[in-house]
Order: sequence, then structure tokens, then C-alpha cells
Amino acid sequence: MTDLHLGEHISRRFNEELEDVRSRVLHMGGIVEEQLANALKVLVNDEAELARDVMDADAIVNSLEVEIDEECTRIVARRQPAATDLRLIMTVSKTINELERIGDEAKRVAKMSRKDMGGVLEDEVRTELTHMGDMVRAMLRQVLDAFARTDVDTAVQVVKADRKVDKKYKKITKHLIDLMIEDSEAIPAVMKIMWAVRSLERLGDRCQNIAENIIYMVLGMDVRHIKLDDVLAEIEAQLETE
Amino acid sequence: MTQQNKLQTERGVQTRPPHPTAVTVTDLDLFYGETRALQEINMVIPEKQVTAFIGPSGCGKSTLLRCFNRLNDLIDICRIEGEILLNGRDIYADNVDVAELRREVGIVFQKPNPFPKSIYENVAYGLRIQGVNKRRELDETVEWALKGAALWDEVKNRLNDSAFGLSGGQQQRLVIARAIAVQPKCILLDEPCSALDPISTLKVEELIAELKSRYTIIMVTHNMQQAARVSDYTAFMYMGELIEFGGTDQVFTKPRLKKTEDYITGRYG
Repeated sequence: MTDLHLGEHISRRFNEELEDVRSRVLHMGGIVEEQLANALKVLVNDEAELARDVMDADAIVNSLEVEIDEECTRIVARRQPAATDLRLIMTVSKTINELERIGDEAKRVAKMSRKDMGGVLEDEVRTELTHMGDMVRAMLRQVLDAFARTDVDTAVQVVKADRKVDKKYKKITKHLIDLMIEDSEAIPAVMKIMWAVRSLERLGDRCQNIAENIIYMVLGMDVRHIKLDDVLAEIEAQLETE
Repeated sequence: MTQQNKLQTERGVQTRPPHPTAVTVTDLDLFYGETRALQEINMVIPEKQVTAFIGPSGCGKSTLLRCFNRLNDLIDICRIEGEILLNGRDIYADNVDVAELRREVGIVFQKPNPFPKSIYENVAYGLRIQGVNKRRELDETVEWALKGAALWDEVKNRLNDSAFGLSGGQQQRLVIARAIAVQPKCILLDEPCSALDPISTLKVEELIAELKSRYTIIMVTHNMQQAARVSDYTAFMYMGELIEFGGTDQVFTKPRLKKTEDYITGRYG
């Protein structure tokens, strides 16, 4: 883990402002984590009553995004942060946007899945969905952990994990297409599951985006749009020079 | 119409702070001979907050600051019209004890100006001329004031050393200790950090942020970023007029007037 030296300003108030903004991001992340957990219960376990909780949390998440963004603007105007402080604020601003979108995807998953599918989901597909859900939940948990601990290694794990999520997505999509081919009456219900699964895949992408932001925050390296193997090589080279 | 032109063009936009009032300025004009240096200033300065005056050189911010403890009285050709109230009392009334006013309203200048005395005597001086002579009372107050100025730990073992042996930042904090030793209501700071290095500047700024819990602080600064860091309210002045007064957050993120926007974004000139 690279130490960002966040606690060493002469201005105690500046320290407090930065710490407050970090805490609020983690608070927002916690709400989104719960949204996702509930949305997956709706999808996989047919616990449709939890869909309302997912929708209600959306308003809180949206409000937090606006509040935290305003705070970032205030910090930039008042403190003119530089170097790691500046990258922290930039990362926070991008991360809360990603978290808000993750919340939207969770909402979509819950919405698509809440109507009784009437046994459309076979056990095999249900198992695959559970597995994909677990992978995405783990990504979100890990990336929030990486943010809290400014941990590049964990952020890199999240970037790697997205590959596996993408593979899982393709596998499930193939299964669902086969289902539709076998039973045309199941198409409307299966399409809803498809959209829900698509949301999960996009959710994984958003976790990867946050991970990339964290790598930028800690190392000052912009690894967006770079192949994973090249990212790892660059990070290793950077850490060797430190 | 461009976004910039949509900003208001009327002058004197002000937000009245939601705090008790320390200083009220009403229709203030100031003249140096025939030259009007301040024009129709109307302002409400809140109590126990930091208010910063910003603006280009020559805009009148230091001139206005020096009105608050009648330091401009020392300039023969200077006269004012209008009213300044400190906690509801007219400071230019005939029966005002100006020496007492200057105790209540302390001032710190750009160049640290400790007396050619020891660190201890610099702080004790104001108390002595008020008639405080008891050693214990002086000791306690000196220690209290130096702690209040975040200087005690650095000087407690050398209180009898000359004040000139301190660094610039320490001297400035000593001057602040001297001001607070006599229990002012208000502290005026005229570019207090302009002569200091960046670390000393940050330390003095941190001190200012702590002092506001006990005193009303009014500060003139050329450094806009300092105003943004330290102050709660910001007054933008231009050519002797108050252009905009508001919460610092608002002034530095969404100024109401184009002139203010131009100045703080560096488009001035």
C-alpha cells in the first residue's frame, strides 16, 4: 500500500475536510453495496419484496452524489489542492459518479427481476447468476476497500476480476438465448433476465473504472483504455522506481 | 447573451450574514484632501467570523480597514463622512476614547513590528499601560496570550530574549499575542502574511482560523487564495467601492457580479 500522507497538513481543517469527503464516499459505497445485495436477492432468490428497498435507496444515493460533488467544488475553490490532494478530489468526483450509476444498475436489476418469472430460470442458470452476482459484489466490496486503504494491489485485482465477469456474462447470455430458442413463450421473461444480467456486467465495468481511478489517485498513472497486461507492467515499473 | 453577460451588472451586491453583527458601516465616504478614496461603503461585518477584503492595489481595502480603529485619524488630510458602529456604538462619536477603541480593535500589519523589548515585555506592555502590575497576573496573561497565538511552546524557555531574535513568522505571532493580551473584541490584519515564507503563512492562517472562535477578524489580503482558504466572508472592492460581499464559498464558486468573477478568475486588467 502506498501512503498518501493525507494526515500531515499544517491546516487541521483541510485534513478534516479531506477525511470527511473520503468518509462520505465510503458511506455512499455502503448504501450501494446493500442496494446490490438486495437486487441480487430479487434476481436469484425471487425475493421481490426487497425491490422496494433498492428503489428507496436510490434517492439517498443521488442526494449523496450531489452533496459530495458540491463539497469537492468547495475544496477546490478554497484549498487549491495539489498533487495527491488534487488527485484525491478528482478521484472522489469520478468515483461518486460511478457509484451512483452502480446504484442505477442495481435498481434496474431489481426492477427487471421483481415480477415472478414462473420458473423460467433453470437451476443451472440460477447457479450461474448467483456466481456472477457474487463476483460483482466482491468487486464492489474490494474496490471500496481499495479506496479506503489507498491500496493499488487490491485495485489491480478488481481490474483483473472484470475479465472473469465478462466471460461469465457471455456464458449466461448464451444460456438465455438457448432458453429463448427452446421456448418462445418464455422470451419476454427471459429478456428481462437478459437486461438484468447486462446491468450486472455493466456494474462490473463501473467497479473497474473506480479501480482505475484509485490507481490514478495513488500512483498518478492514468491506466484507462490500456490493456491489462500493459497496465500491470507500468505499475510494476513505477513501483520499482519509488 | 453570453453566460458571462448574464451576471448582474449592478454594484454593491451584498449578502447579509446570518450572524450577530460586529461592525456596521453605513454610507461611508473617505477623503484624502479633495480625493475621495472610499465611496458610499455599506457593509455588515459578522461577529466571530473571518471577513477578508480583496481587490486590486489602490482599491481602498487597507484604507477601510484602518477606519475601524481610527488609525486614519493620524493622517491630517483624511476625513470621513458616514457612520461606523462597533457593537452598536458609533466609533466616531465625540465622546469616544480612541485609545480604548484601539485596545478593543487591535491591528497587525504586514511587516511584523515587535517592540525592541523581550518577548515577555512585548506581550506585557499593553497590560502595564492599563495599570496591570502584579507579577502573577502578568505572567498568567502573557502565557495565556502566547498560547492563544500558538507561540508558547516555541518561546517558553526564552521569554527574556529579545523579540528580534524570533523568525518573521514567530514575530508576527508575537504581535498577535500582544494584540490578544488586552482582550480585544476585534482584530484587524493588514496583509499579515505578505512578508512571511509559505510555512509560516500556513501557521498564521491556522492561527487565524482558531482565533475567530473568540474574536471578530477582519483581514486585508492581496492573496486571493488566502482569502479563499481562511475567510468565512469576502468583500471585493474596486476603486474605492464595495462591489460584492458574500460568503466565501459563494464568492469563489458563484460570484454574483461580472466584475467579481473577472477579478477572482484573473481576467482583471
